[in-house]
Amino acid sequence: MAIGIDLVPSVQLSRVAESEKHGENSPYFAGWKAYDEDPYHEVENPSGVIQMGLAENQVSFDLLEDYLEKHPEASIWGKGALGFREKALFQDYHGLLSFRKAMTSFMEQIRGGRAKFDSERIVLTAGATAANELLTFILANPGDALLVPTPYYPGFDRDLRWRTGVRIVPIICNSSNNFQITPQVLEAAYENAESLNLRVRGVLITNPSNPLGATIQRQVLEEILDFVARKNIHLVSDEIYSGSAFSSSEFVSVAEVLESRPDRHHRYRDRVHIVYSLSKDLGLPGFRVGTIYSYNDKVVATARRMSSFTLISSQTQHLLACMLSDTEFTSRYIETNRARLKKRYGIIVEGLEKAGIECLGGNAGLFCWMNLSPLLENLDREGELELWKTLVYELKLNISPGSSCHCSEPGWFRVCFANMSEHTLEVALARIQKYVEQRMNAVII
Amino acid sequence: MTRTRSYIDRNLDPDEDYRAAASSKTTSSGGGGGSGGAAMRVIVPLQGIVQGRGGLVLGSVIPCALFYFLRLYLKRHRSGPSKTPPPSPSSSSDQLTDVSTGVLQRSLSRAYLSPRGSAAPAHVSSRAASVLKDGDSPYFVGLKRFQEDPYDELANPNGIIQLGYAENKLCLDLVREWALANGRHAILGDELSISWLTTYKPFDGLMKLKLVVAEFMSQITEGSASFDPSQLVLTAGSSTAIEMLTFCLSDPGNAFLVPTPYYPGFDGDVKWRSGVEIIPVPCRSADNFSLSINALDRAFYQAKKRGVRVRGIILSNPSNPVGTLLKRETLYDLLDFVSEKNIHLVCNEIFAGSSHGGEEFVSVAEAVKSEDCDRSRVHMVYGLSDDMCLTGFNIGVIYSSNNNVLAASKKLSRFTSISTLTQQLLISMLSDASFVQNFIRVNQKRLQKMYGEFVAGLKKLGIKCTKSTGGFCCWADMSGLIRSYNEKGEMELWGKLLNIGKINVTPGSCCQCIEPGWFRFCFSTLSEDDVPVVMERIRKVSESCKSLG
Repeated sequence: MAIGIDLVPSVQLSRVAESEKHGENSPYFAGWKAYDEDPYHEVENPSGVIQMGLAENQVSFDLLEDYLEKHPEASIWGKGALGFREKALFQDYHGLLSFRKAMTSFMEQIRGGRAKFDSERIVLTAGATAANELLTFILANPGDALLVPTPYYPGFDRDLRWRTGVRIVPIICNSSNNFQITPQVLEAAYENAESLNLRVRGVLITNPSNPLGATIQRQVLEEILDFVARKNIHLVSDEIYSGSAFSSSEFVSVAEVLESRPDRHHRYRDRVHIVYSLSKDLGLPGFRVGTIYSYNDKVVATARRMSSFTLISSQTQHLLACMLSDTEFTSRYIETNRARLKKRYGIIVEGLEKAGIECLGGNAGLFCWMNLSPLLENLDREGELELWKTLVYELKLNISPGSSCHCSEPGWFRVCFANMSEHTLEVALARIQKYVEQRMNAVII
Repeated sequence: MTRTRSYIDRNLDPDEDYRAAASSKTTSSGGGGGSGGAAMRVIVPLQGIVQGRGGLVLGSVIPCALFYFLRLYLKRHRSGPSKTPPPSPSSSSDQLTDVSTGVLQRSLSRAYLSPRGSAAPAHVSSRAASVLKDGDSPYFVGLKRFQEDPYDELANPNGIIQLGYAENKLCLDLVREWALANGRHAILGDELSISWLTTYKPFDGLMKLKLVVAEFMSQITEGSASFDPSQLVLTAGSSTAIEMLTFCLSDPGNAFLVPTPYYPGFDGDVKWRSGVEIIPVPCRSADNFSLSINALDRAFYQAKKRGVRVRGIILSNPSNPVGTLLKRETLYDLLDFVSEKNIHLVCNEIFAGSSHGGEEFVSVAEAVKSEDCDRSRVHMVYGLSDDMCLTGFNIGVIYSSNNNVLAASKKLSRFTSISTLTQQLLISMLSDASFVQNFIRVNQKRLQKMYGEFVAGLKKLGIKCTKSTGGFCCWADMSGLIRSYNEKGEMELWGKLLNIGKINVTPGSCCQCIEPGWFRFCFSTLSEDDVPVVMERIRKVSESCKSLG
C-alpha cells in the first residue's frame, strides 16, 4: 500500500461523506477496535479480548456444512439452465423466483405456518442493513422522523439516518415493565416529535428485540398497530431474529396479527412492512442476504427498483434456493438452532447469576441484556462508561454499553453468546465472576 | 379543468411538505421545484374563485397569473428541452403547463403521479413517488413487455426480442464451462468447508479479490495503467458505485454535468435517492456525438447563473449508448476543465474490456498518470458484469486516489456488499490467468463479429449507425422513418418497433438525446441466428413507416 502525505484536498466532498452519522466513533465500535488489536484465541492468545459485542450465530454452522456436503448441486453454478421465461424475468432486481419462493417458505416455517407470505411481495437486498435504509428512503422524506423504541440496535443511527436525512425520535421504554412498549410511551414519543416540529412517518420495531433478547407480546403488537393506524403512519417490523426465538410459539410476528383479524387486515395492511435476513437465523452474514416484505404495492414496486443498488448475486440465490426449499432440512435446522441457542442462554444466565448479576428475562436472540447497575460507581452515563472501559480494557471483554443503544437507564449492557465456543463462553463468565468477587472483597476490606 | 384540479389537490400535501422540509432544513437550495409549489398554492384558491364567486377580477387576474407562471416555467427549463418530466415536487407544475400551454405529456401513464393514491392512505416519500413515475418511461415499459412475452427461438418465436438491455451473453458459454469445472472447488476448497465464508467480512470486499481485480483492470488497459488494490472499494454492482460516489461528492440540490446521449440508468443512479440533479450537456451527431469542452463550459455557467452548484462531471468511456472512445487529448482537456472549475470527474469505464474496433482505449487512470493533475478529484467506476459476462454476479468497483472518498465509500459499502460466496468464486476465476487471457481475446472477437453483422444488417435497410468501437450497442439513426421530427415521432416509432416489430429497443429520448430519431440497439444479448430475425422485423416496420409516408 502506497503511503503518501495526505494533503488537504482542494476539492470538496459532500456533507454525507464528512458527517459523523456513520457512528463509527461511538463506544460500540471502539470496543471492536480493542478486539481487533488483541483478539482472544483459545490457544494462541488466551488472555486476549473476547468478542461479546458481535451478534453472530455460530452455533448451528455444522448443520449447513453437512447439507452442502450431501447436496453438491447447490454449490454448482451454471448447471441446469434456467427456462427462457425465468431467464427473462431474472433481470437483476427481481431475483430468482425459486429463491423468493424458498424465502417465503422459510419465513412461514419460522412462524409455525401461522402466517402466509406471497413470493411476489419479497424484495431482495444485500443484507438487512440495506433493507432498513431502503425502507426509510421510501417511507420518509429528509427531515421527517421515525419513532424507534429504546434501547435499540446502535447501527440504526447510521442505517436509518445517515444518507436518508431522516431523524430518529426515541420511544423511551424503561425497566419498570421490562422495557415493553406501551400506548403511553408511543404517544409521548409522537408528541415529542411534534414539539420538535418533526413529521412522524412511521414506527420501527425489532421483534425479537435487539438488544433486549425478548419477543414482543401479541397484545403489544396489536396496540402498536392501532397506534400507527390512528396516526396514519407506517410500521416496520425488523424480524431478523425470528428464527432465533427459543421456541416457535414464543414468537408472534406482526404478519400473524394482521392475518388473525381479517377485518383489520384491510385497514392496516398498506402500512406494514417486514424486514428479514439470513445473517442471524442461518448464521450467514457473509452472504449478505436481506429481504423486505411489504403489504403495500407501491412500496414493493419502489423497493424493487431501488434494490438495484443492493443486489444479491445469483450464485448466492441459487445455493440458498436449494437449501431453503428443502423443507425437511429447514425444519430440522430451525428446531436444532432454537434448542442450541436456548441452551447457550441458559449457560450464560446461570453463570451471571453466580456472579450476582441479573438479566432481563429473555426468550430469543443471540445475546442477553444484563443489569450491571449495582457495579456502577455513579448511577449515570459516565459511571456506565467507566465500567465499560474496565470491562473492555481490564477484563478484556467487549460488551456493548446500554448508552450506545440509547437506553434511558444507566447500567444495562448487551452481551452476545452465540459467536463463540462454549469453552470461550465459560472463560468469559469466569472473568466476570472473578471481577465481581474482587469488587466485593474490596468493599469488605 | 376539473381533472387537472383533482391532480393538483391530491398532489398538494405531500409535495408541499417535501418542499417545506427541504427549504427549511436544507442548506443548499436546489434549482427547480419551487415554482411548481408556488404555482399550486395560488392556483387552487383561484380556481375556487372561478367556480364560485366570479366577476371582472377573474377575467384579468387569472390570465395574468397563468402568463406569469408560464414564464417562470420556461425560465426554469431554459437550459435545454427537457426530455423527462421534472422530478416529483414539480410534477404538478407539469399539470399546470398542460392547462396553459398544451405541452405534450411525455409519460405514457399518470397512474403513479399522486403519492397518496386512491387505495393507500399511508404516505410514501416523494423520493418513492418519483421512482414510481419513472416506471412509466419506455425503458421500463419495454422491459416489462419483454418479461411478459420473451422471445425464444423454439418455444416462443413470436415473442419480443430484447435489444434494450446492455448485457453481454456472447461469452456466457466460456464462463459456464469454467464454473461447472471449477466452481464447486472454488467455493468449498479442499476440505469442503464454507465456514470462513459465512462470517462477517470487510464490507468493501476481500483483499484477495481486490488484488485480482486490480490485476484484471490492468490487463484490460493492456498494462498502460496499474491499479493499487488498496484504492478499490467493491460494491454489489456498478449502479451502486455511481450512486455511492454521488452521495460522497455532492449534496441534495447540487448537480452533475452529464454529456448526452447518456445511459438511461444514470437518472436513477444519480437522482433517485440522493436529491442530486443531472444537467444534460448535449452532444451532436455532426460531431459524432463527441464531447465538447465548450458545451460543458456553457452548461457550467448556465447552472451557476441559476444558482445550482455543479459538483462534477459523470461520463462513460466507452460511451453508452454511442459506443465511442474518448481520445487522449479530450481526456487531458477534460482533466484541465475539472481542475479549473474545482469539481470532480467520475469516469464510468465498465465497457473498457469490451472495445472491439481496434482503436486504442485510454483509461482515465492512465491519463491521470501522465498529466500533472490533482488526482483527488478523479474517480473511476468499473464493473465485472459486462466485460466478463457476469451479469448476476453484480460486481462494481470504485477506484479513487482521494482517501476521504475511499474512507466514506468503505463505510457506505455496508449497504451494498458482495456475498463472500461470489467473491470467492471470482477470486478463483480471475486467478486463472489462462482462462482470463483467453476470455478477453474471444470476447473481443465475438463482439466485433456481432457488431459487424448487426451494423451491416441495418445498413442494408438504409439505417446508418455511428461508428462505435466499444461496448455492446449500436447507435442508429432512424430519423428517416419517423413521421414528425420530434419526440412524439420518435416515440411513435418506438411503439411500432415494440408492438408490431416485437423488438424492444431504447429510444434516444431515454438517453436525453436532443436529436430525435436515434435508437440504441444492444446486440450482445443475441445469438448469430437471431440477427436475421431482428433485421426482418425491422424491415417490416420500416416498410410500414415508408408506405404511410
